Amino acid sequence: MEQFLLMNTFSFPILSTTIFLPLVGAVLLFFIKNETAVKFIALITGVVNLILAFVLFSGFDPNTHNFQLGEFIPWIPSYNINYVLGVDGITVFLILLTALLTPICVLCSWTAIKERVKEFMFCILIMECAMIGVFCALDFILFYIFWEAMLIPMYLLIAVWGGPQRDYASIKFFIYTLFGSVFLLVAIIAVYLTTGSFSIPNAMYRDYSITFQIWVFLAFAIAFAIKVPMFPFHTWLPAAHTEAPTAGSVFLASVLLKMGTYGFMRFCLPITPKASQLFAPYFIILSLIGIIYGGYVCLSQTDMKKLIAYSSVAHMGFVTLGIFSFTLFGFEGALLQMLNHGVTTGALFLCVGIIYERTHSRQIFDNAGLGKIMPIYVGFFGLFSISSFAFPGTNNFIGELYVLLGIFKHHKIAGLFAIPGAVLAAAYMLRLLKQIVWGREDKRELADMNIREIIYLVPLCILVFWMGLFPMPFVATFEKTLAYLHNQLNVILR
Amino acid sequence: MLILPELYLILISIIFLFISLGKSKEKYIITTAKVMSYVGLIITVLSITEKGELFYQAYRIDLFSQLFKILIAMGLTLVISMFSEKDGIEKEYLPEYFMFLTLSSLGLMMLSSSVELISIIISLEISSYSLYVIVPLRRSQDATQIEASMKYLFFGAMSTGLMLYGMGYLYGVTGSTFISDIIPRFRLIIGQPFGIFALILTLTGIFFKLSLFPMHFWAPDIYEGSSNMTTTFIATLPKVAATALLIRLATIATPMHYNFVNVLIILSALSMTFGNIVGLVQRDIKRLLAYSGIAHAGYLMMGILTLNIDGIVSAIYYIAIYVFMTLACFFVIITISRQGENTTIDNLVGLSKRSPLLAMTLAVSAFSLAGIPPTGGFTGKFFLFTNAFRQGYLPIVIIGAVNAVIAIFYYLNLVRMSYSKEAIHYDVMKLSTHEKVICYVLIFIIIYMGVLPFGLMSLFKLMV
Repeated sequence: MEQFLLMNTFSFPILSTTIFLPLVGAVLLFFIKNETAVKFIALITGVVNLILAFVLFSGFDPNTHNFQLGEFIPWIPSYNINYVLGVDGITVFLILLTALLTPICVLCSWTAIKERVKEFMFCILIMECAMIGVFCALDFILFYIFWEAMLIPMYLLIAVWGGPQRDYASIKFFIYTLFGSVFLLVAIIAVYLTTGSFSIPNAMYRDYSITFQIWVFLAFAIAFAIKVPMFPFHTWLPAAHTEAPTAGSVFLASVLLKMGTYGFMRFCLPITPKASQLFAPYFIILSLIGIIYGGYVCLSQTDMKKLIAYSSVAHMGFVTLGIFSFTLFGFEGALLQMLNHGVTTGALFLCVGIIYERTHSRQIFDNAGLGKIMPIYVGFFGLFSISSFAFPGTNNFIGELYVLLGIFKHHKIAGLFAIPGAVLAAAYMLRLLKQIVWGREDKRELADMNIREIIYLVPLCILVFWMGLFPMPFVATFEKTLAYLHNQLNVILR
Repeated sequence: MLILPELYLILISIIFLFISLGKSKEKYIITTAKVMSYVGLIITVLSITEKGELFYQAYRIDLFSQLFKILIAMGLTLVISMFSEKDGIEKEYLPEYFMFLTLSSLGLMMLSSSVELISIIISLEISSYSLYVIVPLRRSQDATQIEASMKYLFFGAMSTGLMLYGMGYLYGVTGSTFISDIIPRFRLIIGQPFGIFALILTLTGIFFKLSLFPMHFWAPDIYEGSSNMTTTFIATLPKVAATALLIRLATIATPMHYNFVNVLIILSALSMTFGNIVGLVQRDIKRLLAYSGIAHAGYLMMGILTLNIDGIVSAIYYIAIYVFMTLACFFVIITISRQGENTTIDNLVGLSKRSPLLAMTLAVSAFSLAGIPPTGGFTGKFFLFTNAFRQGYLPIVIIGAVNAVIAIFYYLNLVRMSYSKEAIHYDVMKLSTHEKVICYVLIFIIIYMGVLPFGLMSLFKLMV
């Protein structure tokens, strides 16, 4: 175990604190009656956790590919299940992203959620706990528990505070995801029976037989492809996104979808490299279909949230494309794209939430022609939309560039097919932007964004430019981890 | 005093017998029952370290039996403490009701200690006859409770008959009624069709109590027809004792007897699939839980059919968590129903507004029944799956996994009704402190067994 895991260098268990602080905050909420106090406690918990995440990041050493800041406590010894936590280059930014989005979600629900505020904030904080836990867990069972535990608050967020069709959307989301998870569980048990331990690092880069790899890969892949979602499994996503409250959509788009691609990177590639390579062509094809299909469907949407939801299918297609290109550029691009999508799409959902609070409609037509009415809003919205179709200088450009470099290196034809996807993205986002800015002439009375709304969009705005113009600090942080992954795969697959 | 818990239960039933002769206030009777059940729990817990054999080695007291007795006592205490005045039992029969309830628990406790065929039958019948009596004790306009009791009686008698038939074979072949004598002699012939036949017939009576697939027919009707209280009892405690007995009898075979194991695998697969698929269309929550119980019996068999220590430990863990999550579900039903009538899924609408705590209890137990972490239902299923997989029974693991997905539909429906459907007009339900405490205790146990299973697991491992 120790050879994979560099122990915690802080004087306190930093990862556990980051995971369970939101839980403590959530429990605290139960004892408070006043709604404003509830909101403030949730916000403070979120902010403190963000600071903790930065502390965690400051202790992160980018010069090693090993898991760091590790914690190890035996949990169920008779089954060799341990409480193991650790971060590496892949997860450290995802944890930061989650910690950043939680206070933003609390802020964006400040006035939008009017009833059962306490329960809502409770769900948000439990979500944060589970999401950070998923990224930190280095034990299969711990991972699985966090992975599934996340479903319950997310289900409740959609089912209780969602839109008119929340009933259908929440059930579909839950059952779809659970269906995948069950196969994940069977695969986990299969790996355990082969390696004798539930340790994730311990299961990596081993010499399993090819049939074993194929079955385990397929079981993993179903779970993760549903979560991403990849093309034929994407139908839960538009429904869930559209009906979820803004905070729910942000969590779904920015963090939950990343767990699928994170799963591919953390489990499929290192544990079943040969099977991954065997199936890579199919996954590349599915990704390409997702990119182009998502783009076309977006073109015909009249609902803002649905459009952004389908654009997620396309964007996540780029991520899986990068992963299955088996090149270092592809991996780096995929990880960058995961972060970019988290920032940009999250911000777009926040924008939709802001306008929805004013017009109570998600239809593009109802919200059209805001250029003169809400100039600040349109400014933000414009920035995030052009970032969404990978305009040079914004974050998505770098990510897509890396992915395209990777996929062209891997297979030229596949690369050619990805290009139209990028063009389609420009088409549907510009169409949306045009409608929102100039779509209608009539004068309406709508208040522009207030300070609170500006405050929570500004950090995302900064990230858009930072990751677009100076991506080096980001790439440098996870380069070692991904290079190690790439090398190991090369050694095994040669 | 080796059998103090049993003697105490006899004492309770005698006290209630005397109470039934006179006239007393309803409230007074219920309070007496509650207090006595708490004392019973304490006595049972204190007797955990007892060890010994009684009645010419027919009655064994060891950690195994004592832990099962504690589980039964806990269940009985929870069932009785859920009791309230509105619960639809005729007022004048209340003392008798409690008398038979405790007598039935007595039979179940004896069952977990019996290691000889005749005493097994006697304890089984003590518990069954008491249940035959209390099933029709329900205040109701129609005759469903009579139908239920008749069905229960006939099916019960038939299964006991089959069991006796099987035991006759066991005795005929081995010449002994003591399980410890039967095991070495019977293992020699268990590979033959005759051996499998005899053992399966013997197990039939247990399958009946567990409502496992071919013996499941009674469950939905009896759950629906008897009062909420009685159903809560029938759905939980007999299954605990049946598991204890099943472990004693099924381990006559070893994993080498793959023919016997195959039969168990098929029963397990059919039971969970049948229970879950039929469960999908149920509207009455008690019927739904009946089918859920059939499915869970199938899951339980996954642990038994490994026939090794780890598998059996996981089966014990599963029955323990099953008792608590089912009790939690029934508690919500009992509390919602005003006059002790049955609760349908539509009665749950808007529960999260009417009573957030009840809705949460229901959600936790439904998620646990469905097997979603971090609840005990997941941990239990996980142990079962791992052990069955380790023994190489991959097909049953996959069937179990697929079933977990099917089951989520109807369990989630319970949560969905109480959380995402809005009632047009609703009145807030006020829970008493006592009811709140039950909710918190059940939620705590379910989560605790999900997150920190190792203490209990090693305890259960000690007892096998």
